[in-house]
Amino acid sequence: MAIYEININSKSYKVDVEPSMPLLWVIRDFVGLTGTKFGCGIAQCGACTVHLDGTPIRSCSFPVSAVGAKKITTIEGVSANVDHAIQKAWIELQVPQCGYCQSGQIMSAVALLKAKPKPTDADIDIAMQGNLCRCGTYQRIRSAIHRAAELI
Amino acid sequence: MEKTASNINRRNFIKLSGITGAGLMIGLSLKGNNGVGQVANLSGELPAFNLTPFVIIEKSGAITIFNTSPEIGQGVFQSIPALIAEELEVSLDQVTIKQTGGEKQFGPMQFAGGSMSVRSNYTNLRKVGASAKEMLLTAASQQWNVPVTECRAEGGKILHSSGKSAGYGELVEAASKLEVPKSPKLKDPADFKLLGKNILRPDIPLKSSGKAIFGIDISVPNMVYASVAHCPVFGSKLVSFDDTAAKKVKGVTRVETCERIIGKYKYPAVAVIADNYWAALQGRKALAIKWDHQGNETFNSKTYEQRLRNLSKKEGVVAHNQGDFDATFKAAPLKLEAFYETPVVSHSPIEPMNCVASWMEGSKLEIWASTQVPGDIVDSFSKAYNVPDGNLKVNVLFNGGGFGRRLYNDYIHEAVQLTKKIGQPVKLIWTREDDTQNGPFRPMTFSAMKGALSADGKAIAFQHKVIAPSLDASEKENYDPNKPDGTMTEGISEQKYEIANMKNLYVYADSHIPYVAWRAVTSTTLAFAHECFIDEMAVKAKKDPMAFRLGMLTKESDTKNVLQKLKEVSNWDKPLPAGWGKGVAQYEFFAGLGGYVVMVSKKGTGVKIEKIYAVIDLGTVVNPDTVKAQVEGAAVMALTAAIKSGITFDKGQTVQTNYHNNQLVRFNEMPPVDVHILANGGSTIKGAGEPGLPPFAPALCNAIFAATGKRIRRLPFDINKV
Repeated sequence: MAIYEININSKSYKVDVEPSMPLLWVIRDFVGLTGTKFGCGIAQCGACTVHLDGTPIRSCSFPVSAVGAKKITTIEGVSANVDHAIQKAWIELQVPQCGYCQSGQIMSAVALLKAKPKPTDADIDIAMQGNLCRCGTYQRIRSAIHRAAELI
Repeated sequence: MEKTASNINRRNFIKLSGITGAGLMIGLSLKGNNGVGQVANLSGELPAFNLTPFVIIEKSGAITIFNTSPEIGQGVFQSIPALIAEELEVSLDQVTIKQTGGEKQFGPMQFAGGSMSVRSNYTNLRKVGASAKEMLLTAASQQWNVPVTECRAEGGKILHSSGKSAGYGELVEAASKLEVPKSPKLKDPADFKLLGKNILRPDIPLKSSGKAIFGIDISVPNMVYASVAHCPVFGSKLVSFDDTAAKKVKGVTRVETCERIIGKYKYPAVAVIADNYWAALQGRKALAIKWDHQGNETFNSKTYEQRLRNLSKKEGVVAHNQGDFDATFKAAPLKLEAFYETPVVSHSPIEPMNCVASWMEGSKLEIWASTQVPGDIVDSFSKAYNVPDGNLKVNVLFNGGGFGRRLYNDYIHEAVQLTKKIGQPVKLIWTREDDTQNGPFRPMTFSAMKGALSADGKAIAFQHKVIAPSLDASEKENYDPNKPDGTMTEGISEQKYEIANMKNLYVYADSHIPYVAWRAVTSTTLAFAHECFIDEMAVKAKKDPMAFRLGMLTKESDTKNVLQKLKEVSNWDKPLPAGWGKGVAQYEFFAGLGGYVVMVSKKGTGVKIEKIYAVIDLGTVVNPDTVKAQVEGAAVMALTAAIKSGITFDKGQTVQTNYHNNQLVRFNEMPPVDVHILANGGSTIKGAGEPGLPPFAPALCNAIFAATGKRIRRLPFDINKV
């Protein structure tokens, strides 16, 4: 066990956990933020996507010991009032079905728009293919990312 | 998913009761069979009459509407409360929606399955809202001493033509003392504000911000975590286990056995319990377990599939027989036969199976879960664990995907047994590997098809023989293989094609794998064989596949309407670019009716899907945008089942382990789907969640035949190597 001080959504948390514990379980079970989801545990589905200094990572396969002083953003840190352009577009186009993968989808989409404010379909394909959706909301996600690009 | 609505008619008794402190409660009674609209004044008699109170209006004006259908992504968190809110004249913004948990007073329909939710509740729940509204109107008219005809309800208020108004909360006490209207007048659909409209779903903002609470997000005080090891070989017995290393993992507190119960199967399991989930997982990996495989370790898909092919020579049990198939086929001038094969597939919802369960002193049990069947949990767990009536509480959270997987309570059984053993609340989470390897799965079906045509190319005889393991046999011990099995012949005798001589058969193949319903169940595989073979018949008849199908539909039918709509929206008769091909398919089954036209082009050694047109027939639609979403998603799921690996077995166990080798269609692989809804009103309402699945694979494969001349008769296939 070791004590880590990690910065999540601009707040500092102290946790005493195994160094090998994936960031996902630290966020969910120790910090208590449950918006970030467990789906596969091997970085295949993207449900656990968070930002590490703005870059999307799969927190299920990222040990807490590797976080260091870098800043983590989870779905809860995207906006205070569900009003990020991506979230507005998600609501306008009614993207989620079951919704379980959507935190990860949104984290990937937010990072994409930051890097490419007017993404092409090819950009979207590349940015979003690491996020699985079993309900099949892909076509709405594509439309919503284009819509968010207009809203920004 | 064939949890039928046989009890709907018992819910025909609308009653009212004044509840101290709670205001007006309106519900449907389970008791009595006095006909729709029959009423009784139940003031003070609530317990005796077993009310199902779907609406509570408090004196403060706060309104709560209870939703009995678990939200699994299909949009019932909006569409079910909207049925009440429409007639009650309130918007969904004005109400709190609460999910029911199998409480007796909410009736027998507390599940999500069979595409049943909207169609089974459509009239009954509107009557609940209409009754409450009429009583509030009457209360206002009496209070103001004006004719009720001069009053109207709007936005949670009763308004009088003079300009006077009162909120529902102000009127609720007086309203609760009134007789319930005998036959509440339902609104003219032309006046609907919510139903039939694209109303925004109230769960979407929660699901776009990480605030939606799923089963896996629950934690309760004093809770411990569990990870459960099952034998990878199906049907093995537990001999012994050594937990020395497991117990050395920091955080691990106990190791206990439990039993996974699914259908007729009971599988032994060893659970590692820890004060955090990661520790439980590490401890579980450190377990050394001895299993006795009982000879099951030699089981593999290849041998089993060959067995199915061999079994196809058997006559089987007659599922349907009309005319004289055998004689007509024998004498026919044109005939053809083909054999179709499909795979086993997994449900793989992204939220793994999980459950929080808490056993308390005095045989009290509380369960928190993502589940499709709270009603069933209350019924079956009360009996299985001797929980007295009223001592079992089920909390239904948002389901991170259902697809039929959460119709089964195996993971809930495990959590309940563990909390009972250790006397502490337990949160059990299956890993993705647990989910992929243990199933349950949708079974494969193999189909032996025969068809005959007259000299001028008219279909005169048809046979669909299904060879497959049985869902029913997986569910119960006393399965009789000599009786017709509706679970394995879904829809094959219900298509509207007018073919005079038809004999459909089922050959049972025994199995020890847990097979269960999957979104659209066996229609997803049977439609592939059925509608591809119809295409083969069209080719043999030298007819256009659309014209051939419509030629067999001389009478008016919903199927004919669906095909005609597909023809129109896809511009079927317009010539395609060189290298393109188009295919059509439809399928009618227990959940409803849908169809597709798919267009593909040759691309390298494979094909590219260019266009997907879908038509779903509903009769009446509650939320068109939700229905469209359901069909869009169904197409994605159907494409995965058609072109990805599916589930195979070797050495007695599942070969696939996680999403890297049990792949789902990804973002960049899915072309958009153009969905059209047929909703011409009327009393028949069909399902929305499932009909988008079955016709997709056959439409795709028929398009591939049109483009390439290659007839695909086995799923899955590689779309890049056709």
